[in-house]
Amino acid sequence: MPRNCCLHSENEAKSEGRSELIPSIKFRHCCLLRNQRCVTAYLYDRLLRIRALRWEYGSVLPAAIRFHMCAEELEWFNQYKKSLATYMRSLGGEEGLDITQDRKPPKSLYIEVRCLKDHGEFEIDDGTIILLKKNSQHFLPRWKCEQLIRQGVLEHVIS
Amino acid sequence: METQAYVPVPPGVGIEENFLSLDDILLSQENLPCRTESSFPRLGFLEKSSEAPDIPEGTKMEMPLWLAKGLYERKRRVLSVELPKVYREGWRTVFGADPNVVDLHKMGPYYYGLGSQLLHFDSPENMEIAQAVLNTFIGRFRRTMDSSQNAFNEDTSGLVERLDCLEKALKNFNRNENYLSRVQ
Repeated sequence: MPRNCCLHSENEAKSEGRSELIPSIKFRHCCLLRNQRCVTAYLYDRLLRIRALRWEYGSVLPAAIRFHMCAEELEWFNQYKKSLATYMRSLGGEEGLDITQDRKPPKSLYIEVRCLKDHGEFEIDDGTIILLKKNSQHFLPRWKCEQLIRQGVLEHVIS
Repeated sequence: METQAYVPVPPGVGIEENFLSLDDILLSQENLPCRTESSFPRLGFLEKSSEAPDIPEGTKMEMPLWLAKGLYERKRRVLSVELPKVYREGWRTVFGADPNVVDLHKMGPYYYGLGSQLLHFDSPENMEIAQAVLNTFIGRFRRTMDSSQNAFNEDTSGLVERLDCLEKALKNFNRNENYLSRVQ
């Protein structure tokens, strides 16, 4: 709500000889600005959280979360994904570098994980297919597991 | 604890608020005692105590900070803002004597934030208010940082409940930093 909307009303009031209304016009304008501020801050905060989702969940969002997003937010997420992917491709030579993996320095290449829920089949780099059944334990490459750990499907077993 | 991917807009520092900061929006919702210096026609419905169609000049009412800031003008034709008790002479002396004793959460959880915003209203006591707020912060700083040295799962509610929002944020930030530096 730009300042000139308020000034426009004030000028009208002055020209019609009703300048005593000006304090009330200002009052109403403050309320409108307040509403605008609250709505804008809310929508912006949502975007900040949606951006964080890309780092927490990876590039495919669970349906439950997509359900709560409006079309414009989904579009924004797609654009953000693209920008991030372009940036990551430009790092580290030919194949690029996935910076959403290994966000803390890893202590070992392979880790022991336990499956917390049924997740079906999971393929690792050498072609082997692992069946992720609840309570099964596996010794898997760390980089493959990171996202599933964040999503709560796998649990890192520290012995 | 994962490094945070979600970083909310922080509150403004000093006299300026951050437009998009949720903390500043909550802060600006705090009420201030005010006195109208001109009448507000047709807004009488806001004053539940009287049936008048207008708010007459000289009405004492409580307004949220955002409204007071919006209406206030240096030439004083519209509104005059009184200082809430906590920022007046009496309480300023108490804070000066021993800032650690006071329950800042009860005194309005935004003591520092509101104190900084009050400076917009050209009170003759602005210098004293600014000094008092600053000295209180300095006096309490050490206790605030000490209280952040506890583990995550310890119940620190006894220490925390007397802190104002800025102090709580500092404490949590410090606690996270300590944890991260120990875990690596």
